[in-house]
Amino acid sequence: MTRRMPLFVVLIAAVCALAGLFPQPGGPPPAVTAFGRLPVLSEGRMKPLDSVARSTLLVIQGRQRVMTPDDRELTPDEWLLDVLFFPERADTYRVFVVDNTDLLSLIGKNDENLRIRYEKTSEQVAAMIGILSSSQRRMSFNEIAPYLSQIEAQEKLAEPVLPQSRTRFQAAVVQLYGNLAHYLRLRRALVPEGSKDFLGELLRLREGLSDGVAAVRAKEAGKPHDEAKAAALIAEGQKFVAMAESTDLLAIPPDDDDAEPGAWHSAGHALLETFGKGDVNAAVLAYAGMGYAWRQNELASFGHIVRLYGTSLERRFDRQVRKTRIETIFNQAEPFYACMMIYLAAFLFAALSWLKWPEAARRSALGLVALGWALATAGIATRMWLEGRPPVTNLYSSALFIGWGSVGLCLILEATHRNAIGSAAAGMIGFATLLIAHHLALAGDTLEMMRAVLDSNFWLATHVVVVVTGYASTFLAGMLAVIYVLRGVFTRTLDRASADALGRMIYGIVCFATLFSFVGTALGGIWADQSWGRFWGWDPKENGALIIVLWNALILHARWGGLIRQRGLVCLAIFGNIVTSWSWFGTNMLGIGLHSYGFTQAAFWWLAGFIVLQLALIAVANLPLGKWRSFRA
Amino acid sequence: MITEYLRQVRSVFVSLRLTVVLIALSIVLVFWATLDQVHLGVWGVQQKFFHSFLVYQGLGELRIPVYPGGYLIGGLLLVNLLSAHLYRFKAGWRKSGIWIAHAGLVLLLLGELASGLLQRDYQMRLDEGETKNYAESTRRNELAIIDATDPDFDDVVAIPESLLAGGTVVQNPKLPFKVVPKGYVPNSEIRMRAEAPNAPPSPATAGMGPMVAVVPLEVTYKEDERNLPSAFVELVGPDGTLGTWLVSAGLGNPQSFPYGGRSWKIVMRPERRYQPFSLTLEKFSHDIYPGTDIPKNFSSKVRINAPDGGPGREVLIYMNNPLRYAGLTYYQAGFDGDRTAILQVVRNPSWLVPYISCAAIALGLAVQFLIHLVGFARGRRA
Repeated sequence: MTRRMPLFVVLIAAVCALAGLFPQPGGPPPAVTAFGRLPVLSEGRMKPLDSVARSTLLVIQGRQRVMTPDDRELTPDEWLLDVLFFPERADTYRVFVVDNTDLLSLIGKNDENLRIRYEKTSEQVAAMIGILSSSQRRMSFNEIAPYLSQIEAQEKLAEPVLPQSRTRFQAAVVQLYGNLAHYLRLRRALVPEGSKDFLGELLRLREGLSDGVAAVRAKEAGKPHDEAKAAALIAEGQKFVAMAESTDLLAIPPDDDDAEPGAWHSAGHALLETFGKGDVNAAVLAYAGMGYAWRQNELASFGHIVRLYGTSLERRFDRQVRKTRIETIFNQAEPFYACMMIYLAAFLFAALSWLKWPEAARRSALGLVALGWALATAGIATRMWLEGRPPVTNLYSSALFIGWGSVGLCLILEATHRNAIGSAAAGMIGFATLLIAHHLALAGDTLEMMRAVLDSNFWLATHVVVVVTGYASTFLAGMLAVIYVLRGVFTRTLDRASADALGRMIYGIVCFATLFSFVGTALGGIWADQSWGRFWGWDPKENGALIIVLWNALILHARWGGLIRQRGLVCLAIFGNIVTSWSWFGTNMLGIGLHSYGFTQAAFWWLAGFIVLQLALIAVANLPLGKWRSFRA
Repeated sequence: MITEYLRQVRSVFVSLRLTVVLIALSIVLVFWATLDQVHLGVWGVQQKFFHSFLVYQGLGELRIPVYPGGYLIGGLLLVNLLSAHLYRFKAGWRKSGIWIAHAGLVLLLLGELASGLLQRDYQMRLDEGETKNYAESTRRNELAIIDATDPDFDDVVAIPESLLAGGTVVQNPKLPFKVVPKGYVPNSEIRMRAEAPNAPPSPATAGMGPMVAVVPLEVTYKEDERNLPSAFVELVGPDGTLGTWLVSAGLGNPQSFPYGGRSWKIVMRPERRYQPFSLTLEKFSHDIYPGTDIPKNFSSKVRINAPDGGPGREVLIYMNNPLRYAGLTYYQAGFDGDRTAILQVVRNPSWLVPYISCAAIALGLAVQFLIHLVGFARGRRA
């Protein structure tokens, strides 16, 4: 039975992971999925509406799932459809996260009116022990709307304060205000504020357009005219100006005769051209038609319009449409989420192999790591293709790549040593880095455009990739050391041979880390010399990288000089985790320097907790050998 | 007795223990300096921590050395490295990687020392169509006294800020008067007298000086701020004083006065570095990503006008693509509006050193670890 175990385990995991590529039974109707695939220009790049919906939800509420007041679950696309076309409904969805108590009291909330009352006793118990949340932390737009002016006033006070010196309340109010603005920009993207039958309005506008334009021209020329028609047309025009000014979603493709082929417009902007061109923009009409059908809940005609519009785009923007289709599939498959679960399983199997079924569990773990790594490779490759960039372009992708690099090294270790240590480390690092990546994705679109300073594929491909590989290997050495301590102190499984093998692995990985972190740092210096005229500028991120190089060099010299042995090596390698995590995130928290692109305040406590944990592990490692369960005579 | 003592000293200097201690000290130094950047800015940190032998910390009025600085740690590392290699020299390929890497490291440390001492940074601000034959320092100022009698040509005497700060009297053959510094503040704000009723009476007797008040400010080290020094200078001719002027980087335009039948201008301005050629900004362009305010690229098309008066050559300077010309390097550093480019101008004769030394270290490390790896693989097979 245990002989077939690895095969079964890997097969089950693969089936689960690949299931995301195909439509699920009970999932959203195909018309909604097709709507999610429509390309728009947002934040400087072409992307599917599905990505707009997902990144917006991640930013404003920290998750992609939306629950309606009557407890139905919506996909991001369905939510976006309601925001765009059915705002009265979307305004009732609780999608704004508010955690800060001062901010909660500003919008009239307190512990009492936030408590969630559960019907069933089992749910009440679960809420009491913290499995279900006991109080509401997400608000609907309708709940917040009465306090908009207070929020705006507080934001005006807090906004001028530098991000790193804001109080928690200030940070929270600035964030909520930004989220509300983000939401409103979407709500006004395709339909003007308060309009319930935009399609009808546009059709009436088209009908009376020539008369109206004639009336306005006559009015401007001071000739006799139909005052009512002129006034109506001018009112329409003002509505379109308001629309154009209040959104940044460029959903309307350029006309065939447009001077700039890449110049997408907002719906309001395209509508303003109606008066000059003598006809209403076809894409705006198509979206208004979708809105009408969606509001009337006529899914068949909704799907028909989406299809027609989609096909017309495909003819003109073949390449972009292909990319957005792949991006939608990529979004829905969530490869990194599957990967995270597989790594977790791999770690559990590796740990199991030290307790029971050494061979079967070890091979299952290895199989899972290989599967997860293949998935991660496919995911990273897809992102690179979508972006047309080397793998690491921001903090999010650095987390993906650190995980990918460490797991790759672990696969090599496991292939040469066959003792499940590589798989265990791979599971731990893979899981942890993807978890970090998941939280970094909450900052917004992870395929964001590169600022001009960083816009150099050559240096992104060399300096960034190499230095991140250096981070990855330093972390790996640290994780191996953690495994050494945990196994040695708390289990009886670390025999002399395994301990020596682990020690050699750590030493080898530290050598590798020294080489890569040095070369990566030096390449960074050369990039800086090429673009700013100084090889070294003592920028915090540069210093962080330098400290990693120095730390690795210190370990090697201490080892060569005989100042440390196996346990000393283990302790120093664990401290390497602190050094690396500080360089990776801590330097960004200072909020200064050229590399402070990923300011992350919430991450501070996580970082502090991680450091404390590492220090605790070092303390444990310094217990006398008599206390180590593995080494007790 | 003495030989015994020397032997002990030697064994300290060649020991790996010293190496480890020095690396640990430098890690703490770099870490501390990084944290201190929040207060001091990059430039201040470099002066305090890296371009110094000892790190001083203020304790009230007292400044006491609390930690070894970059020069001391770097110097000791160098001594440690060189003496260890001299003492333990053994020919053979087994340590060849370490040799190459350490040779590279020595070069890198020396190169950083050199660029710290020799590198000079300037800025050049050019509007479209403008031609300039000088760059301005971002940090240092000078007192320029200009003979502007000839409308086509300015004859300039520039006095470095440090002479004003030191109170040195300057007598120059081009000037018919002596320049006598009467007071200096390294950073200041200029206010109209009406806005500063409590200000002490001004020592200035001529030009703008009597109308304004100088408010001294703390010296700033921040990246995006600049010190605006002010000074009072008395100009003394052979027949007695001409008056005392207030000169300040905060004043802007030069102040004019006639003397000896010629017209003169006096101004405190960013230190200029003139070059024997000029640059003309032909076109500046910058793009943002549609629908955002994220800069996509910016570039400056400039013409280099050589001193021989030839037609000049056109080059495009853009991000990650500087112009290297006549020992100077021009980078696209920023812009101001749609028509003004800011170029960073750097003179660093030792710019090539890090390239060579880093290549050597990388090669050495790679070689050494490959030797280890091969040995390790053989050991496993055996």
